[in-house]
Amino acid sequence: MADLEAPQSKTRDLDKLLLRAGNLVGPDFYPGTELRDDMRDYVRILVVGAGGLGCELLKDLALSGFRNLDVIDMDRIEVTNLNRQFLFRLEDVGKPKAEVAAKRVMERVSGVEIVPHFSRIEDKELEFYNDFNIIALGLDSIEARRYINGVACGFLEYDEDDTPRRETIKPMVDGGTEGFKGHARVIVPGVTPCFECTIWLFPPQVKFPLCTLAETPRNAAHCIEYAHLIKWPEVHGGKSFDPDVPEHMKWVYDEAIKRAELFGIPGVTYSLTQGVVKNIIPAIASTNAIISAACALETLKIVSGCSKTLANYLTYNGGEGLHTKVTEFVRDQDCLVCGPGILIELDTSITLQKFIDMLEEHPKLLLSKASVKHGKDSLYMQAPPVLEEMHRPNLSKPLYDLMGRVQKDTVHVFGTALKNEEKQSSLTKLRVVFKGADGVTDMDTAIGA
Amino acid sequence: MIGLFKVKEKQKEEAKSNNARGASGKKQSAGELRLHKDITELNLPKSCSISFPNGKNDLMNFEVTIKPDDGYYLGGRFVFTFQVSPVYPHEAPKVKCKTKVYHPNIDLEGNVCLNILREDWKPVLNINTVIYGLFHLFTEPNHEDPLNHDAAAVLRDNPKQFEINVKRAMSGGYVGQTSFPRCI
Repeated sequence: MADLEAPQSKTRDLDKLLLRAGNLVGPDFYPGTELRDDMRDYVRILVVGAGGLGCELLKDLALSGFRNLDVIDMDRIEVTNLNRQFLFRLEDVGKPKAEVAAKRVMERVSGVEIVPHFSRIEDKELEFYNDFNIIALGLDSIEARRYINGVACGFLEYDEDDTPRRETIKPMVDGGTEGFKGHARVIVPGVTPCFECTIWLFPPQVKFPLCTLAETPRNAAHCIEYAHLIKWPEVHGGKSFDPDVPEHMKWVYDEAIKRAELFGIPGVTYSLTQGVVKNIIPAIASTNAIISAACALETLKIVSGCSKTLANYLTYNGGEGLHTKVTEFVRDQDCLVCGPGILIELDTSITLQKFIDMLEEHPKLLLSKASVKHGKDSLYMQAPPVLEEMHRPNLSKPLYDLMGRVQKDTVHVFGTALKNEEKQSSLTKLRVVFKGADGVTDMDTAIGA
Repeated sequence: MIGLFKVKEKQKEEAKSNNARGASGKKQSAGELRLHKDITELNLPKSCSISFPNGKNDLMNFEVTIKPDDGYYLGGRFVFTFQVSPVYPHEAPKVKCKTKVYHPNIDLEGNVCLNILREDWKPVLNINTVIYGLFHLFTEPNHEDPLNHDAAAVLRDNPKQFEINVKRAMSGGYVGQTSFPRCI
């Protein structure tokens, strides 16, 4: 006789984490169905990237009980993605990754809502990112990570006593893989080191001397870079090389072969050409799965508090056997991106010139010959003379106006500071707060629901 | 953190139109900050000058003009374009020579063979060091790292002829089959 078991609840495994108290739980953990339901209803997560890590992340997060996900990716699906980006099939080649990934996960996990964004991360407004509670990164470049880190840490605000304000903290979970190696890290702006704090971890890139490429190549990579960096501009003039256009890549490969034959160097293959030109390391599905799983788990822990979070950097190496280690990196207090900077309170009438003079007297700064930068705008530069002249008109204007009449914002200043009796070049972050500005601009619309 | 998220969500619903503006619109990269600092700290010799063709709002692309005050290239005027990437200083600036020049370490396309622009770049270096490196190429051209092997060979085997070739090129003449624009 068959046992008539009630069908197992879909949330059976999650319930074990969310409905029971435990010894390893975080400080704000309140077990119960309300927690599980709140996660489903109130939490919005952005997955950046819908590639190797992104596909896995979307699946893992959807299955972990999150219902409101967004995914952003600017690429289309290629045939070479199919060995690991499992949400895609042959007939999807050419379609936007974000859209297909969202569709597939929604088909398999009932109740989840995934909004795809087929766009570059830089093309989204900053407020777009502020709508999310956690950002999970499945990116493949330093540049992209630095950008998102800058955006997320930009939301961070500090109190007068330099403590981060909890409601402005935007946690990120960042994963990366390269062949058999990978990392997963938790970035809580203001608490753990941000991406910029630990950027010194990256080794310098491998770059060959131009004269080696031009005159004395010794290996296959030299031949490929010769074709890529020297021969291409020579023959194609103004047209810039696009590694994603197969004809361009094939051209570089053919030229590299010719060069290799000329010098009797073996080893030039099409896949090596792609690898050298695009800095590609072949991707492995299992590494992606492992790292994404770590990231999704951290996301679950941060949101629910069901266990202590990773502190704060996990490395994984599956090349020979299996090795994994967690390192707790510390923040850089002077970090230009996530650091508190120095709080400066000003009157709205103060001119830029007066502000620069104030910096010289300020006890924590003692900064002479200061240059001032606000976001992308440089407000004043002391040198070189040609730039000083271009900026001079700003000196007599109120700083409040130059900064766009916002009540508070970050400003960076650099110049010569007197530290321990010694003059040193210095670059510091300042939190400028205007007293007397009531936060209502003349463009404001009528308040009222 | 979910307690926080719940509160935030509720706050957002209630206060859709209230807007104490804080965050600025455009984001600058840490690379741009470091570049700005490097530019304000430039300490160039009289023979080098810098200009910003795109004005003060695009400091990532600029030009440096070098007028060597010594050596084979005395009297010449050479313009270099600098393109700084957002990941500066983790990547060296991209430098090309806009002026067509007869030089063992600069090819006819404008590529410059300078170690600190490629394999020896370190984030601790800056724009000043790159400009000094370029200046050095003119005061001490090097036939051992050639991009223009004809020029390198002449410099090595017949320095007097090299001197003549350089002067002829700078005055706007031919060296072998190649013509050079006047830059003196």
